[in-house]
Amino acid sequence: MSPILELRGITKRFPGVLANDHIDLTLEQGEIHALLGENGAGKTTLMNILYGLYSPDEGEIFVRGEKIEVRSPSDSIKAGVGMVHQHFMLVPVFTVTENVMLGDEITRMGGFLNRRAAAERIRAISDQYHLEVNPDAYVRDLPVGVQQRVEIIKLLYREADILILDEPTAVLTPQEVDELFTIMRSLVEHGKSIIFITHKLREVLEFADRITVIRGGKVVGATTPQEADQNQLAAMMVGRAVDLHLEKAPAQPQDVVLQVEDLVVLDDAEQVAVNQVSFEVRAGEILGVAGVQGNGQTELVRALTGLTNPVSGRVTLLGQDITTASPREITELGSAHIPEDRQRDGLVLTATVADNFVLNTYYRPPFARGVWLQEEKVLETAEEIIEKFDVRTPSALIPVGSLSGGNQQKVIVGREFSRPIKFLVASQPTRGLDVGSIEYIHHRLIEKRDDGCAVLLVSTELDEIMELSDRIAVMYRGKMIAIVDAAQTTKEEVGLLMAGVVAQSGG
Amino acid sequence: MAETVANNHLTYVSPTRQRVMGVVFLGIGVVLWFLFARDVAPDALTTYRLTPGGSAQELPNWVFPTLPMLNFLIIFSIGLGAYQLVRGFGKRTNLVLGLVTAFFIFGFLSWATSGGSLNLAGLFRSALVKAVPLTIGALSGVLCERSGVVNIAIEGMMLTGAFVGAFVGSVTNLWIGLFAAVLSGGVLAAVLAVLSIKYKSDQIIAGTVINIFATGITSFLSAKFLQKYQYLNDPGRFPTIKIPVLADIPFVGPILFQHNMFVYALYFFLIALTVGLYYTRWGLRTRSVGEHPKAADTLGINVYRTRYISVILGGFMAGFGGAYFTLGSVGRFDEVMTAGRGFIGLAAMIFGNWNPIGSFGAGLLFGFFDALSAKVAILKVPIPSEIMLMFPYLATMIALAGVVGRGQMPAADGQPYEKE
Amino acid sequence: MSNSDKAQEKKKFAGVFLDEISKSPLTVTILAIFSGLVLGGLLVAVTSEDVYAAVRVSFGETLRVAWDAAWRTYKALFIGSVGDPARIMAAFQSGDAEAIRRAVNPFFESLVQSTPYIFAGLAVALGFRVGLFNIGAEGQLFIGATTTVVVALFLKGLPAIIHVPLALLAGFIGGGFWGFIPGWLKAKTGGHEVINTIMMNYIAFRLSEFLLRGPLKNPEGYSPITAEIQDSAKLWRFFESPIRFHIGFFIALFCAYLVYLLLFKTTWGFTLRTVGSNPHAARYAGMNIVKSTVVAMFLSGGLAGLAGANEVLGVNHNLAVAFSSGYGFDSIALALLGKSHPLGVVLAAILFGFLRNGAIQMQLTAGIPIDIISVLQAAILAFIAAPAIIRTIYRLKEPEMDLDTITLRGWGGN
Repeated sequence: MSPILELRGITKRFPGVLANDHIDLTLEQGEIHALLGENGAGKTTLMNILYGLYSPDEGEIFVRGEKIEVRSPSDSIKAGVGMVHQHFMLVPVFTVTENVMLGDEITRMGGFLNRRAAAERIRAISDQYHLEVNPDAYVRDLPVGVQQRVEIIKLLYREADILILDEPTAVLTPQEVDELFTIMRSLVEHGKSIIFITHKLREVLEFADRITVIRGGKVVGATTPQEADQNQLAAMMVGRAVDLHLEKAPAQPQDVVLQVEDLVVLDDAEQVAVNQVSFEVRAGEILGVAGVQGNGQTELVRALTGLTNPVSGRVTLLGQDITTASPREITELGSAHIPEDRQRDGLVLTATVADNFVLNTYYRPPFARGVWLQEEKVLETAEEIIEKFDVRTPSALIPVGSLSGGNQQKVIVGREFSRPIKFLVASQPTRGLDVGSIEYIHHRLIEKRDDGCAVLLVSTELDEIMELSDRIAVMYRGKMIAIVDAAQTTKEEVGLLMAGVVAQSGG
Repeated sequence: MAETVANNHLTYVSPTRQRVMGVVFLGIGVVLWFLFARDVAPDALTTYRLTPGGSAQELPNWVFPTLPMLNFLIIFSIGLGAYQLVRGFGKRTNLVLGLVTAFFIFGFLSWATSGGSLNLAGLFRSALVKAVPLTIGALSGVLCERSGVVNIAIEGMMLTGAFVGAFVGSVTNLWIGLFAAVLSGGVLAAVLAVLSIKYKSDQIIAGTVINIFATGITSFLSAKFLQKYQYLNDPGRFPTIKIPVLADIPFVGPILFQHNMFVYALYFFLIALTVGLYYTRWGLRTRSVGEHPKAADTLGINVYRTRYISVILGGFMAGFGGAYFTLGSVGRFDEVMTAGRGFIGLAAMIFGNWNPIGSFGAGLLFGFFDALSAKVAILKVPIPSEIMLMFPYLATMIALAGVVGRGQMPAADGQPYEKE
Repeated sequence: MSNSDKAQEKKKFAGVFLDEISKSPLTVTILAIFSGLVLGGLLVAVTSEDVYAAVRVSFGETLRVAWDAAWRTYKALFIGSVGDPARIMAAFQSGDAEAIRRAVNPFFESLVQSTPYIFAGLAVALGFRVGLFNIGAEGQLFIGATTTVVVALFLKGLPAIIHVPLALLAGFIGGGFWGFIPGWLKAKTGGHEVINTIMMNYIAFRLSEFLLRGPLKNPEGYSPITAEIQDSAKLWRFFESPIRFHIGFFIALFCAYLVYLLLFKTTWGFTLRTVGSNPHAARYAGMNIVKSTVVAMFLSGGLAGLAGANEVLGVNHNLAVAFSSGYGFDSIALALLGKSHPLGVVLAAILFGFLRNGAIQMQLTAGIPIDIISVLQAAILAFIAAPAIIRTIYRLKEPEMDLDTITLRGWGGN
C-alpha cells in the first residue's frame, strides 16, 4: 500500500534564505508523525506548502499515491488535508458553527445559511470524537483549549484524513496537552493520519509513532521514539552535541531589590488577571515565573514595568514605591526590561539600529545636550554596542527590521545591558530564537545575575525556567500558587503546579 | 499575545459608565427644566399638525398644554437617571439613552412650538427624505468596510454619480442616467480597490485621491460643458409614486409611502443588505474577510476577490446615492453639490455600528436635525441653523469617544491583506 | 586595457548609476509628477471640442489638434505661473517700473499661492511623522483665520511690530485648538483622528458661516464677509501693486526650518517620530503617548491655522465664507509628495502654488477650468500612494527597505 501522503524534493526559496531544501517526507495511514526542528528550521514553511499557502519552487506532492497540484488551501482541502495553525484561524465574533462552516457552508436554496444543519453536523462530530463544544457559543468567549477543539472540528467537518497540527501544545496547560494527545489517539484510531510539528523533545518521544528531524531546511534524520533519546534528538536538531545543562555557580542572593505585595492587575478587558500576588526578588538571584501562557504573567510584567497601573497592592523597587510610577521613572531607577513581544514593544523596526540603542536614553546626556540630540555620540555608542554584543549588522544606520530575529533580540539585550542596571525583567527572552541565540541570551542572563543584578525571568518554556532559575514562582489563573527553591524541586512538580495542582504535603 | 483563558477571571465591572450615564440622564432632566420648563407660560399650548403639506388626508391637530408635558418628561428622565445610578440598566443602557435623548428632542420641540404650531408629519417626512442620501452613503461604507476596506471616498463617489446621472440622464433618459451613475461609482470604487487591495496603499490616502479627483473632474467637466450647454444638465426627476393602500395609512402613510423611487430603493437595500450580510453564504464570507482575512484564506476563501466585489458593490451603492441628488432631488448638477453628505454618510455608518439598520437609524437622526434646522427659522427659536447643522458631526464624535459604548468595527478594517 | 574593456567598464558604471537612479524614491516622485502632467494633457485633449471637430477630418489632424490643445494649455499654465519671458524682457528694456512689476507679477503671485500650501503641508506632514492623519487642516485653517481676523480687526492702535505677531499667534492658537481636540480624543478615548478631524472640518465651516453671517459680518455690507483688517496687522509687502508678494512666504520657510529642527535634531522630535513609528515601543521606552499625540495635533493644527492667518493678513485682508478653496485638502497630497519632510513639503508646496496660479491664467487664456489641477493632484497623489504603478510603467527597480516609510493605521489602529 502506498503511503497516504508523500512529499518529494520540496524546495522553497525566500529572498536570501533557502527555507526548504529538497525535503522528502512520507506519512503512513494511521500514524502520528512528528516533524521536529528548532525555530526557523523550515517546518512551518513545509506545512504551509502542503496546505497551499505557499507555492514550492520545486518538488511534488502525492496523496494516496496520486500526484496533486496544490495552489491554494481549497486544493489541499479537496485532497483531504487539514491544518491547525499555530495561531488559531478563528473569527472571534463568529459562533463556533459559523467558524466551522465558513468556506464550506450548508445552505438552503439561494445561498441562505442553514445554521441548524451545520450545528447538527458539528454535534455529531463532537460526539464521535469526544470533542466537547457548544456550537452556538461565540469563539471569543471560549478558552484556548476549546478553541483548539473547534479548529480540529473544522478539519473533521471537511472530512480531512491528513491532519497537520502546528505547535499545538504551545498554548496549553499540561492537562490540556494530555487531553489533546488522547484526542489525537482517538483520531488515529478512526483512520486519520497526523503530522505534528514541534520543537519539544519530550512530547515527541512520548506521543509520536515516527520522527523526522529538520535542520536548516533539510531533513537530517528519521527515527522512532524507541530508537532515540533526548540527547540524540537534540544533537540532530541543532547539528552539534548540545549540552542541555547550563553551567552556573550557586546564587549569592543579597538585599531585596523588588518587593511586590498583594498586587491586583486588570487586563485589557478589565478582568482581574493578576490576583493578590506577593513576592520578592533579591540582588544576585534569578526568580523564574513559570506558567502556561495567559495566566497573568503578561499583566504582571506590564504592571512591574509601569505599562499598566495596578488596581491595588504595592510594588517597591530599591526602596522606592513604584506602584503607579511611569515606565521612564522605573527605568531611571535602574530597571531593564526585555519585552515579551520584541517586534511590537521592544523595537522600532523602521528606525535605525543606532536609534533603537538609545530608545530609552536618548533624552539624557551624553545623547542629548538640552533638547538637542547628539547624533555623533549616538552613533559612537551604537558601534560600541554592536561590537560588544556581537550584533550581526552591516551598519548601525540600517533599519533594525532588516536584521534576523536573533540579532534583533541582541539589539534589545545590548541596549538594556549597556546601562548600569540593578533589576531586570526578561519576558520570554528566547521565544522564537535558534539554539545558538538561546544559549547566548542564557549566558548573558546568568552573567547579569552574577554581577549582582536581580532578575525576574518570565517564561512559558518549563525547561528554560528549570535551567536558569534559582527560585521558581508558578502562576495559575492570576495567582502565584507557589514559590519553590529550584534546587529542591523537579520538573514534574512544577508541571503539576502549572496545572493548578497544589501539593498537600506539609499543610 | 495576551491569550486569555476566559473562565479563569474574576469578574470586575467598571462602574464608571453606569455612573456617567446616570448623571447624563439626570442632567437631561435638569436641562429640560432649566432651559425649557422655566421659560413656558403655564397656560401655553403646543400644536402639532399631523398631515404633511400636499397630502389628501386630514388628521386633527395634536394639541396639548406645554408645561405639564415638559414636567412629565423631566420627571421621567430624572426617574430613569436615578434608577440607572442605583441599579443600572445593564445591557439596556443604550436603549434608555436613546429614549432620554428622544425626550430631550421632543421637549425642545414642544417648548419651541408652544404658543404656535409645527407640522410634525412634515418634519418627519422631510427627515426621511434627507436621510436617504446619508443612509445610502452609509450602506456603501458598510459594504466596503465589512470586507475590511475603509472607504472615505463615499463623498467623491456620490459626487461623481450625481454628475454622471445628470449628464447621461439629460442625453438619454432617467433610467439610463441612473444606470450610468451607478456604474461611475463602481468605476471609482474599482480604483479604490486596486489601490488598496493590489497596491496595498494606505486606504485613507487612496480614498483621498478619489475625493480630490472626483471634485476636480466633476467641476472641470461641469464648467466646460454643463454650464455652456444647459440642455446637458436637465435630466428631470423621478416622479413620486404613491403606494396604494399603504400611503393611505393615517400619519404614517404619507410620511413613508409617498416618495419617489429612491426612498423605496432604500427600503429594499436595507432589507437586502441585512439579510445578505447576516443570513447568506456571501455575507458570512464577506464578514469573515473583514474580521480575520487569514482565517478566511486558510478555508479556501479568496480574500482579494471578496474584497474587490464588496468594494465595487459599495461603489455602485454610492453612485446610486449620488444619482439621488440630481435625479431624485434637485434635477440638475451643481458643482460640489454633495456638500459633505458623503462624509455624514460615513459618520452614519460609524454611529450605526457598521450595520445597515443602525446606519439607517443614524441617517434618520442626522436627517431629522437637518430638517429641523430648516424649520427652526419658522419657529423663531434663537438657535441658528448653522449650529443645528453641527449636530451630526458632534454626535459622531461623541459616539466615537465611546460614550455610547465600544463599536463593533470589523477587526481587519483598513488593513491590507498580505498573502505571505 | 582594451577598448572593449573600457566600453564594458563604462557600461557597468552607467549601469550602476542607472540602477541607483532607478531605486531612488526621488525618481518615483519626479515620474509621478510627469505622469500626472501627461494625464492632464490627455484630459484636456479628450475634452476639447476642437479635437472632436478634427476627428471628422483625419486621424493625423486629430492628433495634431489634440497635441495643440494640450500644448496651449501648458503654455498658458507656464506663462500664468512664471510670466511671459518676452514680456519680461520688453518690460525691462522699457525700464518702466510698473510694467516690470506687471510682467514679473505671475512669478511672485505663484509664491503668494505657495505660502499657505507650505504651512498646511507642514501641518499634515508633522502629523504623518507622528503617525497621525490630520485630514482636518482645512477646518483648522478656517478657525485659525477666524481667530486671526478677530485680533486683526478689533485690536486697534497697536504698532505693527506687535499687532502682526499677535495676530499670527492668534491664528496658531486657534488652529492649534482645533487640532488639539481630535488629538486629545485620540489619546484619551482612541477615537480615530481621521473621522474626528473630518467632523471638525464641517463644524468649523458651519461655525465660520455662523460667525460671518452674524457677529463678524461687516456691518456696512450685506455679504457674509468681515470688514478690512487694521493696517497695523497686515503682513508687509515687498513691492508695490500689483505684486502681492509678502513676508509670509519667508515666515513659512522659517517655520519649515523650525519643523525640521524639531523633528530631526531634538529629543522631542525623537519622541514624536518614535510614537509615530511604533507607539507600543514608545510606551515601553517611557515616552508619553498621550502628550506626544496631543502636542503633535496641536502643532499640526497650529501650522494649518497659520495658513489661514497668512491668507487673512497677507492676501485678503478680510475673511469671507469659503475663502480657502481646498488648501487644507490639497495639503494632504503635497505632504505625501514631499515625503513628509519639511524640505520636500516646501518644494511640493511651491510646485502646487505655481500650478494653482498658472491654472488661474490658463482658465482665462486657454478656457480650461481651474479644476483641472485637482485632477492633476489626484493623479500625482495616486502614483505617490502606489509607487508600484510608476515602477511598473517605467520599469524601475524595487528599492530596499525604506527608512522613511510613513506608517498609518486603519480605524482600529491604536
